[in-house]
Amino acid sequence: MDFANLGLFNQAIILFAALALLTSFLMLAQARMLPLIFTFAWQGFLLATVTVLVAIVTGHSDLYVSALLTFALKVIVIPWLLYRLSVRLEMQYNAEEIAHPSLLLIAGVVLVIFSYFVAKSIINLSGLATRNIIAVSIAIELLGMLLMCVRKSAVAQVIGFMSMESGIFFAASVSAYGMPLIVELGVAFDILVASILFGVFFFHLRDSFGSLDVGQYNHLSEANETDTPDDRATVPATGGHA
Amino acid sequence: MDSELSFWALAVTQTLLFVAAAPLLAGWVQRVKCHLQNRAAPAVWQPYRDLAKLLGKQMVIAHNASWLFRATPYIVFGAMLLACTVVPLIVVHVPTAAIADVIVLVGFFSLARFFTALAGLDIGTAFGGMGASREMMVAALAEPAMLMVVFTFSMTAHTTNLSVATAYILNQGLLLRPSFLFALLALAMVAVAEASRIPVDNPATHLELTMLHEAMILEYGGRHLALIEWASQIKLMIYAVLLINFTFPWGIASEPTMTALATGLVVVTAKLMLIGVVLVVWETVMAKMRLFRVPQFLGFAFMLAVLGMLTHVMLEGGN
Repeated sequence: MDFANLGLFNQAIILFAALALLTSFLMLAQARMLPLIFTFAWQGFLLATVTVLVAIVTGHSDLYVSALLTFALKVIVIPWLLYRLSVRLEMQYNAEEIAHPSLLLIAGVVLVIFSYFVAKSIINLSGLATRNIIAVSIAIELLGMLLMCVRKSAVAQVIGFMSMESGIFFAASVSAYGMPLIVELGVAFDILVASILFGVFFFHLRDSFGSLDVGQYNHLSEANETDTPDDRATVPATGGHA
Repeated sequence: MDSELSFWALAVTQTLLFVAAAPLLAGWVQRVKCHLQNRAAPAVWQPYRDLAKLLGKQMVIAHNASWLFRATPYIVFGAMLLACTVVPLIVVHVPTAAIADVIVLVGFFSLARFFTALAGLDIGTAFGGMGASREMMVAALAEPAMLMVVFTFSMTAHTTNLSVATAYILNQGLLLRPSFLFALLALAMVAVAEASRIPVDNPATHLELTMLHEAMILEYGGRHLALIEWASQIKLMIYAVLLINFTFPWGIASEPTMTALATGLVVVTAKLMLIGVVLVVWETVMAKMRLFRVPQFLGFAFMLAVLGMLTHVMLEGGN
């Protein structure tokens, strides 16, 4: 395939897909909560744009509905729910400590290479105009999973999960020009319900553990003792100073 | 034969123009920055006045300075002079670009940096050593990113020769290549780090503890300092011209006619002024980052460059 011979819309599809991949990396590198939610919304916007462009190029009118669903859910509803949640949990200005930022980005690049390796056999078989983007959609899924694996904050993990879901949706629209509409509607509804359930879970988690940092859930603590995980963490530090 | 000779003459003129115009770009950046920050702005000629003043001053050199300390300003200026011979500024076809490609250009930069760091260590002051170690840390992170950017562009253009690569981009027309976008962003981040600008380094600081590049050259004065400052202005201009040539070279002269050259000159001036404004806005909205955040910043630049290369292979079919 020669890039210079592609039409403007096909070039734009590839450009926006690459930008969506970039937003996955931005989410990996972003430690603060509000920019993380906004980056997730941007990713949804880019994926919706790509879906619209694919619909224009291929003439599949079903994809407009899919793009509309992506836009409504990933750009407006879910980011808004997450924003409301983080404001109510008073963690919108929280910045997480990312353990090995550069190593994480390199791991992300390795995942991209891996997804290209996996998608290569599909690319050779397929005759679709968007076949090259299949690798990008797999990479977005894997990067979402990486985000879930490395983050300690429950909200960031939910964003990773939603990003994975965006990747799967995107894979469907670029590899098969969309799933049947009934499936898409069902998945979209599931996601909506999941995001509301996550919200309920956050409050339960905060009430029972006192924190949304899943790293703290490994500590054993007994309800009636004052020895909370926070106290225990500070004891060796003060001991070290003395 | 005659046209070949005229191209050589053009290359020499272009290099002289490069060297002569570099302080003007620095003056422009300074002026716009002052305007943006509501300060009284110096004239755009101010860097020339500073250089003239420094060139006329007597030099004070420490007793324990070796030949390395005296030779470094000339080596640094010479390396930058040679570096700007291979970068197309107003005309695409530069015969010297066939002698030294873009990897040699990166080599010239590291040669200059190596000697500046040695000179910083040579005098034996604490700030010199600190500045040298910091500069080397930044360089060790910026150089791989820079090379990856260069490889991304040269994989598309199938060459590392800057003239041929610019001509290739000129001929292919405006394409929405994601690899170019990523490489452009990475190159801009590397340029900010290498040209000692905010957020990596603050060129206007008077606090020695926060200095990177300036800490190494604290001991220099007079003619030596003039040469080093001029060299860093040339370096900023080389990075700006590289950004232009790799992404938006339209307007540059492809044949040595008078009209084409005049157009090339006007267009490149306008683009450099625009880049200067972008740089100023960036420097005004950003705060200088902690030194230990710099690896993350440059690591992101490296990741962008690698991503540019990957998207070239994955999405653009490697052509």
